[in-house]
Amino acid sequence: MAALRSTSARALGSAIKPAFRPAMFVRSMASVSDTPSEKPRMKTFQVYRWNPDTPTEKPRMQSYTLDLNKTGPMILDALIRIKNELDPTLTFRRSCREGICGSCAMNINGQNTLACLCRINTEDASETKIYPLPHTYVVKDLVPDLTLFYKQYKSIKPYLQRDTPSPDGKEYRQTKADRRKLDGLYECILCACCSTSCPSYWWNSEEYLGPAILLQSYRWLADSRDERTAVRKQALDNSMSLYRCHTILNCTRACPKGLNPGLAIAEIKKQMSF
Amino acid sequence: MIAQRVGVSAARRIVAGNPSGFFTQHLPKLAASRLSTTQIRPVGTSKITAEDAHSLLAQQRLNRPVAPHLTAYRYDQTWFGASIWNRFTGGALSGAFYAYFAVYLVSPLLGWHVESASLAASFAALPAVAKGGIKFLVAWPFAFHCVNGVRHLSYDLAFGFAKKQIVKWGWAVWGTSLVLGLYAGFAL
Repeated sequence: MAALRSTSARALGSAIKPAFRPAMFVRSMASVSDTPSEKPRMKTFQVYRWNPDTPTEKPRMQSYTLDLNKTGPMILDALIRIKNELDPTLTFRRSCREGICGSCAMNINGQNTLACLCRINTEDASETKIYPLPHTYVVKDLVPDLTLFYKQYKSIKPYLQRDTPSPDGKEYRQTKADRRKLDGLYECILCACCSTSCPSYWWNSEEYLGPAILLQSYRWLADSRDERTAVRKQALDNSMSLYRCHTILNCTRACPKGLNPGLAIAEIKKQMSF
Repeated sequence: MIAQRVGVSAARRIVAGNPSGFFTQHLPKLAASRLSTTQIRPVGTSKITAEDAHSLLAQQRLNRPVAPHLTAYRYDQTWFGASIWNRFTGGALSGAFYAYFAVYLVSPLLGWHVESASLAASFAALPAVAKGGIKFLVAWPFAFHCVNGVRHLSYDLAFGFAKKQIVKWGWAVWGTSLVLGLYAGFAL
């Protein structure tokens, strides 16, 4: 409410003055202003481009050069600056800019990660290559089609399933030890970095669930409050859903949140066999 | 933008509660100046059935390119990953196994000599480098598959999944298998 009041006060304040402010001075989040004049540090970014309006044109890499003195530290800052100042047609997803929404997942220098958590390499002058998430259908530029990914997530029924009511009729309680089993699982933001880093998922994405969804699967298998463990396991008990994982472990190396999908899958496999 | 809109609606509410001359005079001007910068984009949505959605997606996929994968991803995690080489070496070893014994089976019919004694005799005639090289070509895939097999056994016990361990043991498999292969090829 405080914010609302102050804005309305400001709006009224400017209404009293006859001359309105001619222009709004907006500084973009991605650029850094008022840096003392230094020698420009130029960095080239090669970005994957494909436009659905001209579908017959092949995807191409486009180079953009920025002065790092005027750019924020992260790859997302560079992308936003390119979009603001060099090329407004560049398309990518972003939202929170702090690694909690998972929108800006992309392949940067050959490694899947979140652009907002990936620092621009200032050490060397080599070009930074930015691709969309590998082996996804590209909607435009850096925007992948994740329809199937979300459908797969839905298919594992990612919610608490119980028949018995709680003893106190209020909430389902857990011991501290049981709650601790969910650490490292519940933090997943479903950015799809791990799934699209997995060669097995590249070749079998129609049937293999992939690391992200299997980590979520394990999150519900490991939950002491869930009562459908047997049904959940049965759904995974086929050659494709789970066992296309060959422990390549690109997933664990890719996860920008530092989680371990590879370990979660190993735990599922262990649960299934013992 | 939203903050500005909230400001305007708050101003409107104030006016509605207190219709004094001052506010009613200034509000249209204020609203016009504030709203002129606001982009209004009507959003149209329509419901479609699941089948229609599926066919629409399939249709879109015909046009959409597939994002680069093997060419774009880090080579140490794709082309030089222990996993794919485990498959290569396993395939090569079993392929060689079947090829040799198939030839061995039909060799009496063709009059070829591939039994151990004659192979050993012809092998002895080769120069030392060729001897070691050929032995290495068999020994290295075997060593790699063996060492990486041990790693996979540890994975089955859910052991060794820390990020640092993955990277370290990946290179360790390459190192030990090369050493073992060279040893078996040239020193044994």
